[in-house]
Amino acid sequence: MAIELTVNGKKTTVPAAPDTPLLYVLRNDLELNGAKFGCGLGQCGACTVLVDGKPIRSCSLAVEEAVGKAITTIEGLGTIEKPHPVQKAFMEEQAAQCGYCINGMVMTAASLLQHNPKPSDGDIRQALAGNLCRCGTHARILRAVARAAGETAR
Amino acid sequence: MSALISRRRFGQGLGALTIAFSLIPPALADGAKLPGDLAGTPRLDAWLRIDADGTVTVFTGKVELGQGILTAFEQIVADELYIDPARIRIISGDTAQTPDEGFTAGSQSMEYGGTALRHACAEARQIFVQLAEKRFGTHDPSKGEMVLWHHDGSIQVNDRKVTLWELAGEIDLHREATGTAPLKQPAALRYIGKNRPRRDIPAKVTGGAAYVQDIRLPGMLFGRISRPPSYAAQLADFDEARVKKLPGVVAVVRDGRFLGVVAEREEWAIAARDELARAAKWHEEARFPAESDIYKYLKSLPAEDHVIADKGGGPAPASHVSLTGSFTRPYTAHASIGPSCAVAQLKDGKLTVWTHSQGVFPLQRDLAKALDMDVAKIRCIHGEGSGCYGHNGADDVALDAALLARAAGSRPVKVQWMRDDEFSWEPFGPAMSIDLRASLNEVGAIVDWEHHVWTNTHTTRPQKDGVNLLAAWHLAQPKAPGKPLMIPQPAGGGDRNAIPLYDLPRQKVVHHFIPQMPIRVSALRGLGAYANIFAVETFMDDLAKAAKVDPVEFRLRHLSDPRANAVIQRAAALAGWQPGLPGGTGKGRGVGFAKYKNLSAYLAVIVDVEVDRASGKVRVTQAKAAIDAGQTVNPNGLINQTEGGIIQAVSWTLKEQVTFSTEHITSRDWVRYPILAFPEVPAIEVSVLDRPEERSLGAGEAAQGPAAAAIGNAIHHATGVRLRDLPLSPERIKGAFG
Repeated sequence: MAIELTVNGKKTTVPAAPDTPLLYVLRNDLELNGAKFGCGLGQCGACTVLVDGKPIRSCSLAVEEAVGKAITTIEGLGTIEKPHPVQKAFMEEQAAQCGYCINGMVMTAASLLQHNPKPSDGDIRQALAGNLCRCGTHARILRAVARAAGETAR
Repeated sequence: MSALISRRRFGQGLGALTIAFSLIPPALADGAKLPGDLAGTPRLDAWLRIDADGTVTVFTGKVELGQGILTAFEQIVADELYIDPARIRIISGDTAQTPDEGFTAGSQSMEYGGTALRHACAEARQIFVQLAEKRFGTHDPSKGEMVLWHHDGSIQVNDRKVTLWELAGEIDLHREATGTAPLKQPAALRYIGKNRPRRDIPAKVTGGAAYVQDIRLPGMLFGRISRPPSYAAQLADFDEARVKKLPGVVAVVRDGRFLGVVAEREEWAIAARDELARAAKWHEEARFPAESDIYKYLKSLPAEDHVIADKGGGPAPASHVSLTGSFTRPYTAHASIGPSCAVAQLKDGKLTVWTHSQGVFPLQRDLAKALDMDVAKIRCIHGEGSGCYGHNGADDVALDAALLARAAGSRPVKVQWMRDDEFSWEPFGPAMSIDLRASLNEVGAIVDWEHHVWTNTHTTRPQKDGVNLLAAWHLAQPKAPGKPLMIPQPAGGGDRNAIPLYDLPRQKVVHHFIPQMPIRVSALRGLGAYANIFAVETFMDDLAKAAKVDPVEFRLRHLSDPRANAVIQRAAALAGWQPGLPGGTGKGRGVGFAKYKNLSAYLAVIVDVEVDRASGKVRVTQAKAAIDAGQTVNPNGLINQTEGGIIQAVSWTLKEQVTFSTEHITSRDWVRYPILAFPEVPAIEVSVLDRPEERSLGAGEAAQGPAAAAIGNAIHHATGVRLRDLPLSPERIKGAFG
């Protein structure tokens, strides 16, 4: 059982069964911390990654479904030194408390801005409607996404 | 004393340079305790190490829960030692390395942990000055000779300079604190009181290892637990072979009605957990009271009655108006986004547990009791988890991991709960029932006040007696839980904030403490304060209305604490509060206020709502808040916590309620336990009243009660409907319209 995947631009082979949820392959085989286990039910968004640019719940996607597609995790967006505009904006707005949900927020926002570089407040809220945050960091997350939109649009 | 003053003046003129006082410290007054948690751990080297490599290592028993505490500690240490924060390493919550500071809870980390660190640093600095003086000779202030501090950890006596790092080997911290070293003057503070970016956020937005969930150890296995279907279910039959033969299963653990599995891969452990559930046959019993009857049921249980306020006895004064009101708050979930997780390894008779517990030392002691091990053979190390907001499954999963590690040879085992584990087994915030009665005289002053609150204990964390870890109750030889604890006033537990801050000449407040817990409960952010403040502040609005006085004005008239008045006035100014706005329009505005615990931060909030009469749906559109938490260490951090507290309270207040049948908890996922989502989140503004001259006050739990009351008051203003049962759900609002 070996499955070939393209993650963050790199081809890699993982020893997982085809029906394994992508989340566990990313976290355990590829040692990528970004995507988080939150519910395993596709309800909270903590495990969000981009598959061919679309935000996908990696807890509910069989790894075989991702074969031949471009998988992007938060690690592939940017680094502390060279952050993606969304990551940079989250740092600047201090848009995290515990931060456990933030992976999903950043990934969903990155996808939103790619398709809609100048979203309204309502657009941002709608895009993030399926991403749960328990600390109540919503106000900052909204500001961070708006800030990132301002920077990418420039 | 004159030399002191002249030196202080001199320091102020120097800008970046400031002055230390190298006075021989006076002894603390007889019987006086050392400041903060220094009282429990007086040795300076328990808190601080200064190394020749130019670093300072801080040891703290308080832990990061997403509240930014370690960044605040970094600011305190950098300021008090005059060093660059980049030089600070922090070791936090490790039973082998840090002071035992109990739990990181109750908004006390700054008051106890921060205070201890600040004084320890001040004292280290004083020792450093004495060493420098030994080297350079004492300075004579009468000749204008000065000791100057630079913010790079160096000290200058006249024209000679030496750094902390050069003297690191001589700075002997292996001594007890005196608690008398003078703290840096407020005017000289460089980091305290200023915004500082959180040290943990960069890793959290780029996929760095930040959580216990991210720990990977060589040879690590994955574990999952399959709990009984309900609290009292008994295992009738179990076909272990069915599970053992699954791919990658290393061990199946059965001990009484505790069932767990260890596997090579995480998805295999999850599949094996599903199989465990199919392989086990259970006898279930209906043990829960009917949900619809829960408050009546709780009130019917035996209670210990504690009169916590009894003022102005004698016959009741003549009253003009009397009001009564009954309030309820349902069981409420912590509902962490990430289910609880721990990693455990049992090697050479020693158990190491990586945990996001709020108290690694109490957990260590409970693990020893649960596992019949010597406490010295157990080490608990804190790593961050998903936000917990109180006592969730963090401690429980640590025991789960330890029990599975015993079956895994010496390999480490990571256990994360599944979503339904968390929602059905975590100890919920307790249900509460509150009755209020108050009277006004003919000029609209409150002349009589009576508050009764019925509730269970608000803490079942690991404690001295018993074992307060879930799996311990399910073992073949079960351990008994500890006796339910009542947290005494003035902080209080279920009765927290039941005594209003208002000037009430005659009042009686009774805490009806119910030891028996039909549903597992423990500490949830704010404990009883949330519902008590909801009730008190709802009642204040009803009384204001009866007195025909504006609700803001009515509160101010009954408060004599100027800091309380100041936050209410600030919030009112921020929101543009106007008395006499017409009600019943579907749009409304409400206010709520409290001083958390009557000991901590002051907070007032004004919210705006829109109510849709057809659906009963409430949208909180805006919240404007003012907070006074004494001296603010990191204003942005304080605002972050306060915004979060308000949004979480909007969620609790409008939507949240644990549901149950007579057998099980039924709200086991996010569909059946919905929380506030982005489209529903209000615009928020928080204003900080910084008081550098006052001590820092706990602030993380200040917002919940006032926000809940402000929402209820705004709904009342918008619709004329008064709701006293939480949550203020669409069904209830529609029902109230009739």
